[in-house]
Amino acid sequence: MNEKYIEVRNISKHFGKVKAVDDISIEIKEGEFFSLLGPSGCGKTTLLRLLAGFEYPTKGDLLIDGIDVTALPPNKRPTNMVFQNYAIFPHINVVKNIQFGLRKLGLTKAENDQRVEEVLSLVKLEGYEERYSNQLSGGQRQRVALARALVRRPKVLLLDEPLGALDKKLRDEMQLELRNLQKSIGITFVFVTHDQEEAISMSDRVAVMNEGKIQQLSQPNELYKNPNNIFVSDFIGETNFLNGKTNEKHGDKIDVAIESLGNFKVDNRLNISANTSDIVCSIRPEAMMISREVQSDWDISLPASIKQTSYYGEMTRFYVEVKGIDQVLTVSSQHFDNQSFQTGECFVSIGLEDIALLEKK
Amino acid sequence: MEQKNNSLLVYTIFYFLFLYIPVLFLPLFSFNDSNYMSFPLSGFTFRHYEDMWSKTPVFRALWVSVKVGVIASVVSTVIALMAAKAFTKYKFIGSRVSYAAVLLPFLIPEIILAVSLIVIWLSLGFKLGLVPVTIGHILFCTPFCMLILVSRIEGFDSSLEEASRDLGENAWGTFWKVSFPLYLPGIIASLLLGFIISFDEFILAFFLSGSDPTLPMYMWNQLRFIKKLPHVLALGAIIIVATTFVVLLAYWLMNLGQAKEKDFKI
Repeated sequence: MNEKYIEVRNISKHFGKVKAVDDISIEIKEGEFFSLLGPSGCGKTTLLRLLAGFEYPTKGDLLIDGIDVTALPPNKRPTNMVFQNYAIFPHINVVKNIQFGLRKLGLTKAENDQRVEEVLSLVKLEGYEERYSNQLSGGQRQRVALARALVRRPKVLLLDEPLGALDKKLRDEMQLELRNLQKSIGITFVFVTHDQEEAISMSDRVAVMNEGKIQQLSQPNELYKNPNNIFVSDFIGETNFLNGKTNEKHGDKIDVAIESLGNFKVDNRLNISANTSDIVCSIRPEAMMISREVQSDWDISLPASIKQTSYYGEMTRFYVEVKGIDQVLTVSSQHFDNQSFQTGECFVSIGLEDIALLEKK
Repeated sequence: MEQKNNSLLVYTIFYFLFLYIPVLFLPLFSFNDSNYMSFPLSGFTFRHYEDMWSKTPVFRALWVSVKVGVIASVVSTVIALMAAKAFTKYKFIGSRVSYAAVLLPFLIPEIILAVSLIVIWLSLGFKLGLVPVTIGHILFCTPFCMLILVSRIEGFDSSLEEASRDLGENAWGTFWKVSFPLYLPGIIASLLLGFIISFDEFILAFFLSGSDPTLPMYMWNQLRFIKKLPHVLALGAIIIVATTFVVLLAYWLMNLGQAKEKDFKI
């Protein structure tokens, strides 16, 4: 497998004074499911459009499979795109939509037919050949868009929030299907989404973007467990932030004074220096435990009171106020639901290994 | 509520009567067995239509108007399509000013347009005739055509063109295979309305046409002779019916475009 299948080299794209993409470099592997994740306006779509050739970079180079495509128009690039609104041609039927991209490939009629047949069965659209876009459901349009792009056998498939317009259930199905499809055909996918759940559940690697820059690029579990900064920690999943300051270093651990709770020896993965005052401790809701009794075998067990609860079926969220600090923490529990454990006094327990130390910037 | 609806209905009826009764007098008198436009009606006849049918100058003028109308509407639509595409796709410096500049001939009094054209045309040493009439009509029709096409293209999803580029088509192929078929209802509406505007236009034709009259000019010439009035009534009645039909067709095509556009959206 080619480790540098797509090379984004110091790419910038400015719109007037706005730096939509600000000096980004990425290497994407062959056959990888790579996601660009971020809030709207973070530059993820611009980066995808730069890959597709709909925009040209202000600075930087773009290589796909070793070939410099920076100056090539979209029709000369080995990429194809699945558009956010699918962009199915409304004046021609499904099969003609799919054949649209084959015309310039110079295949024989038999090869054409075979490709169309293959791709129709791949996206399970047999029997819909004669339909028009307005006769298809959202999910079916999505499949047509996918088929139309895949039939060209691109080196890279670009997907611009393709699941955004679907309802939740269908979206969950399509997530699995898309993932399986990608695995089976082995084409490199670059997937743009603002939905962090979607990105971390589908991707091999995720680049979290904000304000035109990459905040963190890693595997989904790394992003969740070991965020590099407050933005990533906040954007991926739910978390609680507690303020603190660092004291003395002990090898790869460091003493941290968290709020007024005392001193704790915590992992210093990001190598934050001693005596830094602007420190944030990120703790995931599901990493904490809520209980009626104090838990002496946990590192930290704090008296608290439940302010509010919300029930989600597979788990319940408790919003608790910890005694002595003026802050509400979110704790989720699969053990208790909000019927058995509603309001009143409780204990919140935290393990030191679940505290991610981050620097305020 | 009932009361309110009724008063609105009455208002609406009066409004339409006000608009169309004068127009309907023409067809009415065209079937009247008399040479004068006056009540009481003296009997039903097709005589005026037969009379019109036998006059060759009518057909000569009709042919002139059709030629001018077709050329003017096709050229205007091509110019308007290019302009509409530019104004909807690009935001460039001076785009609003040039948009207004394209629309201006629509707002300038026609007589001023006509006088300016005649001055330029004659000072360039050309003769009056159908060429300057056609040029004047192109100038006059283009704003209408552009307004129709802009409204068509504005609702157009630009990602369709990007998809076409993405699927290997160049800009030219994308225009003919994606944009053009989708603009088509608007283009046809523009051609039809452009033709009607040129066909009905009088002032520019009057100033610029020289010895070759268009149909409206022919009618105007006939009005000087009281005996020739009835066959002009017949001709006018036919033009009203034909114009109404073409305008309705154009309007239907424009709406067809809009309705389809909704289906394009998810």
